[in-house]
Amino acid sequence: MISANLSATFYLISGVLFILALRGLSSPETSRQGNFYGIIGMVIAVTVTFLSVGNFSSGFFYVIIFLLVGGSIGAFIAFKIPMTAMPELVAGFHSLVGLAAVFVAISAFINPEAFNLGSPGNIKLASLIEMSIGAAVGAITFSGSIIAFLKLQGIMSGAPITFKGQHLLNALILISIVILTYFLCATQSSKLFWVLIVVSFLIGLLLIIPIGGADMPVVISMLNSYSGWAAAGIGFTLENTALIITGALVGSSGAILSYIMCKGMNRSFFNVILGGFGATDQSSKEKNKEQRPVKSGNADDAAFLMKNASSVIIVPGYGMAVAQAQHALREMVDTLKKNDIKVSYAIHPVAGRMPGHMNVLLAEANVPYDEVFELEEINNDFANADVAFVIGANDVTNPVAKTDPQSPIYGMPVLDVEKCKSVLFVKRSLSPGYAGIDNDLFYKENTLMLFADAKKMTEDITKNL
Amino acid sequence: MEIDPFIFRLSIFILSIFVGYYVVWSVTPSLHTPLMSVTNAISSVIIVGAIIAALSNIDGNIFTSSTLFGYLAITLAAVNIFGGFLVTQRMLAMYKKKKKDKK
Repeated sequence: MISANLSATFYLISGVLFILALRGLSSPETSRQGNFYGIIGMVIAVTVTFLSVGNFSSGFFYVIIFLLVGGSIGAFIAFKIPMTAMPELVAGFHSLVGLAAVFVAISAFINPEAFNLGSPGNIKLASLIEMSIGAAVGAITFSGSIIAFLKLQGIMSGAPITFKGQHLLNALILISIVILTYFLCATQSSKLFWVLIVVSFLIGLLLIIPIGGADMPVVISMLNSYSGWAAAGIGFTLENTALIITGALVGSSGAILSYIMCKGMNRSFFNVILGGFGATDQSSKEKNKEQRPVKSGNADDAAFLMKNASSVIIVPGYGMAVAQAQHALREMVDTLKKNDIKVSYAIHPVAGRMPGHMNVLLAEANVPYDEVFELEEINNDFANADVAFVIGANDVTNPVAKTDPQSPIYGMPVLDVEKCKSVLFVKRSLSPGYAGIDNDLFYKENTLMLFADAKKMTEDITKNL
Repeated sequence: MEIDPFIFRLSIFILSIFVGYYVVWSVTPSLHTPLMSVTNAISSVIIVGAIIAALSNIDGNIFTSSTLFGYLAITLAAVNIFGGFLVTQRMLAMYKKKKKDKK
């Protein structure tokens, strides 16, 4: 048994180590050390908790068992998961944090003595409020992440599910959560506590179903943020500094990522959250239905163009992840480099299904990270490049975002792909992207469409180089 | 008059939000995926609450409803801690610089 002051000091230390863990991510060189700090912080927090509870009876044995069971499942998943499945994995992990927060809150509600919060039916008011917030936000994180996971995994359609009165229903449920919390505090009724949790699960589901597949980067970041606030709520209940610091860090981290993602689409946060993007814009879809001529080519043409180029910029998107084409792409680039062609990669902030998704895939394929550039860094280079190779991206290259104020994506920052001398566009068909609008780039004079599976086409080009 | 300890915790919370704000803005965009997986892992420090809950067997009864929720929460959080840190490690190990010995 160690004193409360000593354990609080150690919790503070692990909180600081968590800050350093995030700080390390400012550059790939320091990132591995940062992750190590995070692990140390976690070990300290867990060890100090065991020592301060000081109960090494048979219960301790079970704690270790469950810790090891969960740990081995986690380790197994971490080693087995393919990099293309990172968005699903992260969504799944968020749901676990949310559910764990709910369970801790339930446990504290049933047995408040263990946490020094008073006695059942007579829990300190402040603790009860904190507990309710932790449980409600945790439940929303859990059910919302489950929906995000199902959508990303393809078990559930990525199409937005909308119905009449949806926003009104959601607003009513959110208000009812506040009212329930009020009455829960007034009456300490355990029935109300359970109702609060169930209603929170429900609102989590309802909030995420109207949001479409390509908006998942925002959803994942938002749920990341929620999982942080849930942890902070529990941290206040438990009066635990490590948990409060971490909750605040994670909460603001997720919020910033959501902001960056929204900015990458030039949409407001509420616009994304209210959902139904693309489904509402039938008129503009119809307008663009007329046939326009496109130039299409094969791997041989593409290889010819690239062989005669001196610089090539590659624009990967979600389609590359779906086709698992990152390794084939790297091989193509290796061949190009052997011919003294300068190659760089341009990543749009919302390419893929989560923040940084493309970067991880390219890193997996051994692409050095100093060849990979963000939109602002590389956008001016398109004008001087010979070939842009667009693989699995679409809306993020659409020049309409700069020219047509009527377009739903007007104002969204896009990659200036059309400024290249020639554009190679690997795509399976001419179908519009997520935003449901035609890409003008398909019909440009200097665009060559390569209709094929991204991986197969890339391999064929390599053969022809 | 003494200050309620809650105010101290609130101060820590608010200041940590600011620390988080500045630290996260300095994270390079190419590491945003590892950022999410590592925040996932560290938010599972909620396991400290789960451990307290699981070890709260006052009358020597190891399996009460409150300890059971504790055990469940420990398992979930442990999946996240191990999974989160290891998958981050795996990702970060892939980020390499250009080899200098290029012909």
